[in-house]
Parts: sequence; structure tokens; C-alpha cells
Amino acid sequence: MVALLRRVAALVRKELLAILSDRATRIIMVGPAIMQTLIFGYAATFDLSRVPYAVLDASRSPTSAALLARIDGTALFQRVANLDAVPQIGPLVDRGKVLMVLHIPQRLEAGLAGGETVPLQLILDARNSTTAGTASAYLGTIVESFNAEQRVRAGLGAAAPLRIETRAWFNPQLQTRWNFVPALIAALSMLQTLMLTALSVAREREQGTFDQLLVTPMTPAEIMVGKALPPLLIGLVQATLVLGVALAWFRIPMAGSLAALYVGLVSFMLAGVGIGLAISALSATMQQAMFFAFVLLLPMMLLSGLATPVANMPRGLQLATYVNPLRFGIDFVRRVYLEGVGLATLWPDLVPMLAMAAATLPLAAWLFRNRLV
Amino acid sequence: MNRLRRVLALVRKEMRQLLRDRSNLALGIVLPGLLTLLFGYGLSMDVQHAPVAVVLQDTSPGARDAASGLALSPYLAPRWVDSMPAAEALMRNAEVLAIVNIPGDFSARLAGGDAVVQLLLHGSDAATARTVQSYVAGAFAQAAARRADAAAHRGASAAAGAVQLQPRLWFNSANTSSWYLVPGLIVIIITLVGAFLTSLVVAREWERGTLEALFVTPARPAEILFAKLVPYFAVGMLGFLMCLAAARWLFGVPLQGSLALLVAVSVLYLLVALGIGLFISSVTRNQFVASQVALLTSFLPALMLSGFLFDLRNVPAPVWVVGNLLPATHFMTVVKTLFLAGNVPSLVLPEAALLVGYLLLFFAAALAVTKKRLD
Repeated sequence: MVALLRRVAALVRKELLAILSDRATRIIMVGPAIMQTLIFGYAATFDLSRVPYAVLDASRSPTSAALLARIDGTALFQRVANLDAVPQIGPLVDRGKVLMVLHIPQRLEAGLAGGETVPLQLILDARNSTTAGTASAYLGTIVESFNAEQRVRAGLGAAAPLRIETRAWFNPQLQTRWNFVPALIAALSMLQTLMLTALSVAREREQGTFDQLLVTPMTPAEIMVGKALPPLLIGLVQATLVLGVALAWFRIPMAGSLAALYVGLVSFMLAGVGIGLAISALSATMQQAMFFAFVLLLPMMLLSGLATPVANMPRGLQLATYVNPLRFGIDFVRRVYLEGVGLATLWPDLVPMLAMAAATLPLAAWLFRNRLV
Repeated sequence: MNRLRRVLALVRKEMRQLLRDRSNLALGIVLPGLLTLLFGYGLSMDVQHAPVAVVLQDTSPGARDAASGLALSPYLAPRWVDSMPAAEALMRNAEVLAIVNIPGDFSARLAGGDAVVQLLLHGSDAATARTVQSYVAGAFAQAAARRADAAAHRGASAAAGAVQLQPRLWFNSANTSSWYLVPGLIVIIITLVGAFLTSLVVAREWERGTLEALFVTPARPAEILFAKLVPYFAVGMLGFLMCLAAARWLFGVPLQGSLALLVAVSVLYLLVALGIGLFISSVTRNQFVASQVALLTSFLPALMLSGFLFDLRNVPAPVWVVGNLLPATHFMTVVKTLFLAGNVPSLVLPEAALLVGYLLLFFAAALAVTKKRLD
């Protein structure tokens, strides 16, 4: 038993040295994880902020000024142009200078005084239909509150006959960053863990040292453990770095327990390392391994719910996400981090990840000796 | 003449080398195809059939009528729940995205013009939560409008004037995210083939020393690099054409601008991407490092910072600057505009000129690095 442990420990040490001895590789392990968390944390947002818009105010009345003051009062929109005529709208929107143009008709005040419903035309640049939709919805709520004020002013009773009081659980300000950054804890560490593992056996195969390893007293299972542990450790370090950025820089409060988070991360990375080792055992060269890893990683990232929710996908693709450890890893991390749920609730995420690890790790060990190709 | 023959021989050699290694070909052809399908179908910002728990504590016809809009909305899938604790349990298990609570005094207060509906959102996915919020508000507004119409028919209330927002979506009449995501894929695929694949392959030649072996031949560095790029240019164009075909026929994205212009700008960007790949590989000369650098500096930024998924208008200034330094961002703007808005010369021409600048920059840098290392 002791001899076995010593053998495995020696291999782990050798693997860590092989990975960490190269300075460029060391930098790649740490720098990008932090950089990406910072940049993506800021970039990955569907929240509007200072969206440029233009106004064609044909009314030029106190009422239109009041409406515009309401819009400018939010930090969401920024008026960059006041137009005089309809033909000015086209070029401005075409060039992408503004996201939207609000056209206030001349008869705004007269119409409102007469109790009419006055149409306000809003032209949106829907080259990005998500931003356009969000902007339109926000403007809708601003217009609603404007109408409510008008009703009160007209002495028609309460501000609104029906009010919807909205509260958001787990993310009171509804910031997309709170959803995205915790997911990066899983996604970024997966990216490099899998690449690293995929290269580990393939590198030795390419250099011919893997055969030497196979003729040592170590069994394939021991080799597998020795090869699996270092990337697992590096992945955990990376996940911790990203977690640190999320907590210290973005100050996203963590609702759940660290212990639960790490239980999930270890199971998740076991699955990732298993897949990586299986790929590595299958490939003859580093380039092949890298190719396989990359071809797998892209769909995994895509079908994980990282950028867009799994629930929005068509049925067939939703089924495909069930073989993706990243889908469960991200779900697990998000739910522990934001919702604070414990392992008792999260076993539906844990079981698939552990099952994948249980399938791929022995497969990799078997493939070490019995490669198909 | 001699030079031309030399270059042709080199190109033929590179072509054979590319075709011999199946994994390269797969990366160049299978992956773009797979990605187009996965991204095109898989990435969607459009929320549909969002599960929403509805707690109807007021069973009067007025309350039922107000809530009926929820069932009519194609975007919401209401689940009628008996009590708040049951609804909250559903929400904790992430089985519903929101709870609509209609309190017991709803219809009594509605008569007084002061009714309140409580909406609890599962905020974890903020973008979806906001969408659900606007759908729920819309559903209640519709019910309210129906009531107001009925009241107006009876000639009951004096109407207050109101403004009504009439949004018109330019360039995306279908209001579907695939119209902007699928054209964006062209940028992603070209970046993948141009920068990632090329840097990987050329770095391997540095690693193995086969490139140095070529340098001792009479062929000049520029000729060698040119010959290296030709096959990858072909692979990149193939990926581009596949994306284009998928966008037009599979996803039905309209092409408002000119096809010739789109092809021309894409060729330009593919050359820029090849230049980046070449530069990275010449600097790193190590497959793993080259692949990581290419991933981190070209592919991932193209995915995250180019305006492909996330609108650069919403990000803080430093990130905006980083995004605008990327050639991918400028190409993204051109592609989306050509597809959805049409030929807008005042936008397309300056961006194309910028791409030409990047092209010269990266090729000059790649050549400089290659020469320096040979000395």
C-alpha cells in the first residue's frame, strides 16, 4: 500500500514538474484565468448601460420635455442627437450611431388633453435583437410610469388600476454578471484542465516515453491516477482564482458553502480529467489530442448554458446537453453560489458528473495498454 | 519565372501536407459545419414556454380574468399552484422561473383601482428573468386593455389620455436572435481556421525544425510563408462558404447588402486572421503555447468581445477599447450590417480600410519575426 502510494506520488510529482517547469506554460496557467474573468465579467452583460439614442421631438412641448426627462433620468439611455426631420433617422440608425430613435408626434399635448391614445414611434436597430428588445421593454416601463402620472394629474384616481410588484430572488438587481461570473469558475478551469490532460499522455506517446512508463512496475490504474491528479489540482487552483476575482473584485456575494462548492468542483473536474485522459490515450500525437480536445470543448461550452440558457435550446440539443459535464458543473456552481442550495438538493447535478468520471477514467486506464488506433 | 515555379512547388507541397493529415482537414471542414449547426440552433436568446407558478388566492371571476392573459401568452407556461409555500418550493428547485401571486383581496382592490399583483423572479439568470418580467407585465396589460375596452363599450369611464409605445424593429423584422448570431458565426469560423489552426500547424513546424530546413533552400521566407498560407486560405474560404450557405438557406437570414462586398470583406478578414496565426506561431514556436495564445488572444475574444453575443454598447469604457482593438469586432460590424441593414458605405468602407491596416501590420510583424529568428 505504502509502495503504491509512493509510486503514484512520484508520478504526480513528475507530472507537475513537466507541466510547471516551462515558464510560458506557468504563465498560461494563471494569467489568462484572471484576465478572462475580469474582461468577460465586464463584457458578458445583457444589461443596458448608457445606450445612445436620438429624439425627433415634433411636439416640443412641456409634456414631451417631461417624458424625455424621465428617459434621460435613467442611466440606461444617453441622448446623443436631437433630430429635426424624419429623413435624418435612416442614416443615423444605419451607421449604428444610435440604438434607437424616439419619434414624438406633433399632436402629443393636444391628443393627451383630448383623452386620446397617442402613438409614440420607437425605431430600434435590431442588428442585435436582444439589446433592442431589452431597450424596448425598458422604455415601455418608463412610458407606463409616465402614463400613470398623467392619470393622477387628470384626477382619474390611483396611479394605476393594476400594479405589479416585482422582486427578484438570488439576484436582487438582476445583473447578468451575477449569472455569468460564477459560471466562469467551472468553464475556465474546464478549458485548461481538459487541454492539459489531453496533452499529457499524447506528449509521452509522441516522445516515446509512454512505453517506458508502461514497462515500469506501475499498473495502468496507478498511471491513470498519477496522470489525473496534477491537472485536477491545477484546475482547482484556477477555479479558486476565478472564485477570488468573483468575490473580491466583482463582489458577488456567495450564498452557499465553500465545502459544497468544492465537492461539486472536484466531481466536475474528475469528469473533465477523465474525458481528457481518454482523448489523450486515443491520440497518437499532441496535435491530434489538441484537435480532439478542441472539437469537444467548443460544443461543450456552447451546450452548457454558459452564454445562453439550456432551456432556450430546441429539444434535441437539450437532450445532448445531458452528456456534457460542463452543463452540470455550471448549473451546480451557479446554484451553490447564487441560490445557496446544498448537496442534498444538488445530487441531480452531482450524479451525472460522477458517472462520467466513473466511465471515462477506467476507460482511459484501459486505453493506455489497448489503444484502438 | 523561377520564383513562380518555386512558389508553386511549395504550394503543392503544403497542399499535400494538409490533405495527408486528416485531423487538419476535419478541423477546417467538419468543425465549421458542426459549429454552424450548434450555434445556429443552440444559441438562442429567445425565451419560450417559460414555466411560471401562478398562485391564485382570489378565485373571483375578476382575478381569473386578469390572470387569463398568462395562459394566453405563447411565451409563458403557467402552472397553477395552491399556496405560496408550494410555489416557493418549486422556485427553490428551479422548476419555475417566476411566481405570480394574486392576493385574496385582488378583485376588491381592483374595483377601487388599486390592485396589486406580486411577481417573484428567479434572478439567477438575470437576462431570462427580465424577459419573463416583461412577458408577465404584457400579459396583465392585455387583460387590463380588454377590461378597459369593455368598460368603454358600456360608456362608463372617462378615458385619460395616454401615450402608447409602438416599437418598430429595423433590420430584424423576425425579432429572432439567430438573425444576428448566424452571420456572426462567419467571424468566429474564419477566426478559428485563420488564427487558431494556422498558428497550431506552423508552430509544429517550428517545433520540429522542418521550417528551418525549408529556410536553407533558395526559397525566401516570404515565399515560404505565402505557400504555407495558401491551403489554409482555401480551408477558411470553404468554412466561410458553408456558413454563408447555412445562413441563407438553413436559417433564412436575409442578405440585404451585396454578396460581392461580403465576400471581399471576408477574404480581407481571413487574410488578417492568417496573419495573426502566422505571427503567433513565429513568436511562440511551441504547439501548446501557440494554441493557448491563439485561443486567448483571437478566438475567445472574437467570441466574447466582438459584439457576437454581447453588445459592446453596454460594456465599460476599458472593455470597449479592448473590443475595438480587435479586428474581429470591426469585421463583425460589417458582416451584421451587410446581412441585416444593407450596403452602408459610410460604415463599411472605413471598417474595411481598418482591416487592410491590420492586414499590413500583422504580415509585416510576422515577416519581421521570421527574419530576425533566422539571423
